[in-house]
Amino acid sequence: MVRFIFRRLLQVIPVFLGTTLLVYYMVFALPGDPIAALFGDRQPPQSVIDALRAQYNLDQPFWVQYGLFIKNLFTFNLGVDFTQQPIADSLARAFPVTAMLAIEALIIQAVFGIAFGVFAGLKKGKLFDSTVLVVSLLVIAVPTFVLGFVFQLVFGVQLGWAKPTVGANADWGNLILPAVVLGLVSFAYVLRLTRASVSENMNADYVRTATAKGLSRPRVVVAHILRNSLIPVVTYLGANLGGLMGGAIVTEGIFNVPGVGNKLFQAIARSEGPTIVAIVSVLVLVFVITNLLVDLLYAWLDPRIRYDQ
Amino acid sequence: MTSANIRIDEATAPVRPILEIKDLAITFKTGSGEVKAVKNAHLSIMPGETVAIVGESGSGKSTTALAAIGLLPNNGRVSAGQILLDGEDIAHASEKRMIELRGSHIGMVPQDPMSNLNPVWKIGYQVRETLKANGRPDGPDDVARVLAEAGLPDAARRAKQYPHEFSGGMRQRALIAIGLSCQPKLLIADEPTSALDVTVQRRILDHLDKMTTELGTSVLLITHDLGLAAERADKVIVMYQGNVVEAGPSLELLRNPQHPYTRRLVESAPSLASRRIQVAKEQGVDAGDLLAPVAAAQSRVQDEVLQIKNLRKIYKLRQGLGQTSDFAAVDDVSFSVKRGTTTAIVGESGSGKSTVAKMVLQLEKPSEGQIIFDGVDTAGLKGKELFKFRRRVQPIFQDPYGSLDPMYNIFRTIEEPLRVHKIGNAASREKKVRELLDQVALPQSMMQRYPNELSGGQRQRIAIARALALDPEVIICDEAVSALDVLVQAQVLNLLADLQDNLGLTYLFITHDLAVVRQIADHVCVMEKGKLVETGSTDDVFDNPREAYTQALLDAIPGGSLLLPPAVA
Repeated sequence: MVRFIFRRLLQVIPVFLGTTLLVYYMVFALPGDPIAALFGDRQPPQSVIDALRAQYNLDQPFWVQYGLFIKNLFTFNLGVDFTQQPIADSLARAFPVTAMLAIEALIIQAVFGIAFGVFAGLKKGKLFDSTVLVVSLLVIAVPTFVLGFVFQLVFGVQLGWAKPTVGANADWGNLILPAVVLGLVSFAYVLRLTRASVSENMNADYVRTATAKGLSRPRVVVAHILRNSLIPVVTYLGANLGGLMGGAIVTEGIFNVPGVGNKLFQAIARSEGPTIVAIVSVLVLVFVITNLLVDLLYAWLDPRIRYDQ
Repeated sequence: MTSANIRIDEATAPVRPILEIKDLAITFKTGSGEVKAVKNAHLSIMPGETVAIVGESGSGKSTTALAAIGLLPNNGRVSAGQILLDGEDIAHASEKRMIELRGSHIGMVPQDPMSNLNPVWKIGYQVRETLKANGRPDGPDDVARVLAEAGLPDAARRAKQYPHEFSGGMRQRALIAIGLSCQPKLLIADEPTSALDVTVQRRILDHLDKMTTELGTSVLLITHDLGLAAERADKVIVMYQGNVVEAGPSLELLRNPQHPYTRRLVESAPSLASRRIQVAKEQGVDAGDLLAPVAAAQSRVQDEVLQIKNLRKIYKLRQGLGQTSDFAAVDDVSFSVKRGTTTAIVGESGSGKSTVAKMVLQLEKPSEGQIIFDGVDTAGLKGKELFKFRRRVQPIFQDPYGSLDPMYNIFRTIEEPLRVHKIGNAASREKKVRELLDQVALPQSMMQRYPNELSGGQRQRIAIARALALDPEVIICDEAVSALDVLVQAQVLNLLADLQDNLGLTYLFITHDLAVVRQIADHVCVMEKGKLVETGSTDDVFDNPREAYTQALLDAIPGGSLLLPPAVA
């Protein structure tokens, strides 16, 4: 077990170097000069341009740029962005917001997805099941930006149930609307996954045996059907958390959430290499760690899984 | 005791049956309307009595038993008749009442120990929730006691393990423990040991007998094995296509079967008394045909098509922290197979018999020793030569459900080996497939169908046709008939015998079932824990087993001593 975790953490090193190198190279290869773009139509003096290029190491060849970046990263110096703000500061502001949004969305999709999925699976083919299936298909089919604007208009503006935009002061309360929109698509997948899993496990031999033992129906459903059905669902939710932490560019954009997605979008628009790679580096870590947690959780849910090969 | 007598007893004495089923009919709602799975079932079980229902798959035996514990699938319902449990009609009882009865009044031991324990809970937990649900004391000591009573050694520690850490036999003991934990008056045992090795089967049934006798539990035993039913039950009920066709005391029914179906069952039940299947031709009187088998018999003794010399297979077992230990799955096995004969390798699970088969098929590399096929050491075969070898040696596997690709139709399944080996063109391949279907006695119209539309026996015929497609010389049958009902099994064994005679095939037959060996094999190799413990001609091994292990295997055949020799003309 300890060996397994250690081995998995060791894997982080090549994954980390590989992804940062790739992302750094892609930003480097982008056409256009980011410094020139900073000044728009004005033509700054050559000395200013040179000074800026030197500050961001843009005058160096690619490998030197990348090497310097990695070196700085290991000394916890992420540098400053093109507005001279320390990147570390802006990440420290953005990540908690995105984490809140992600967790809220995860809770929404897990609770409602599993609950509806279990009932649909137990009543497969009945009216409730068919309705839920059609609705979930609809949710999957409608793009997030449509869903986002409709929710913003209906619940935020017309009904006034929640704040239509989030702005600077993000908290659990005013993140509810973007969290619902963000969670909806995965909610539909969680629901369908749970439903399929439940309706399959319902006919398992051990469920029949559990009933034959004289257990009550709720007990059979919770201890024998639900417990076993959660294994694939939890795996999906865990992998999904990694994705949610990466920020939702569209959702954060619609509701003006100052999260990672927003930051990343701005940085890409400005070809801000250091910021993009810094965000990606943190995301890689988040991904690897959530995946590790999912694997550990998986073994806890299913005792047949062993880490020793 | 006949059923007429029971009625008289009932009128005069206060003793009444624990379970009485009267005129029971069960229907299933399917896509194409209602299907009657059980048309007319009736039986009665007195306190302490064991009654067996015998029949093939689809006869309605399991459905009848499931109805008695209220566990019919959702699309099934009791459409007529009564199920009286201790006088109370429970055919249409409420779910609440059934939950009260299950566990405490009616227990169940299900068929497949592999799938009937929930893999995510510890064994102890699964016993404990049974005790708890039925209001019995459910402390760790009680759990251990229940498991120990079912014959599980070291029960307190074992209770903390998960099902996947148990062998099949141990799991079945755990399931028996669960079924009997609340001392029900009636135990429904649905094929409780058909998934286990014969010797394990015997031990478990003995223990179940002992427990139910001590507790005075009545048992409703469901089985397809007439021998087992006769050996274990006081009364046998034969079901066929949803009807009870015959019922009576076990021995009487076996010795003097009245219904034609029962007679067929008794005749085809493989037992120690049965003999090597005689091919149809040899039984016939056509003098011209008689010459051919003689010629074949002469060429049989000619050469040894397969020689196994000092074969060994070592698996490395991990023991944590980089240490490994050697496990000899096959340990110094030598035997040879003569062309045109059948050699059977018998043994229990884990004896290494399937590993030998895999090595002969070149699906596993031997650690040591030689496999000489037709004078050539197979270890040196590579690329094209190995490809050619595969054409001459073909397998038939146990599970006809798992070994056919569900996405391939029958034509494609049988034609595939021809295509892979680039034999003939499309027209000649189709002709060959038609011939093969004729050989295995299936209609040519079956070519366009898919495996899920066929029965188990039909699928196994397809597997045989596929194996024959390349005109192989040797066929390795790995438990090829173990998954089939007795009647179907008898048909497939006859087919294999006929094919051997017509095509001069050599069989290497891997099985745990000695009764089958008796019917098909010329030579027997008995394996135990990787070692070859006894070899010899089938008659020698059966009549004078030298090794205690062979004797134990022979003794474990259910009903072996009870069955009378079938009338062979």
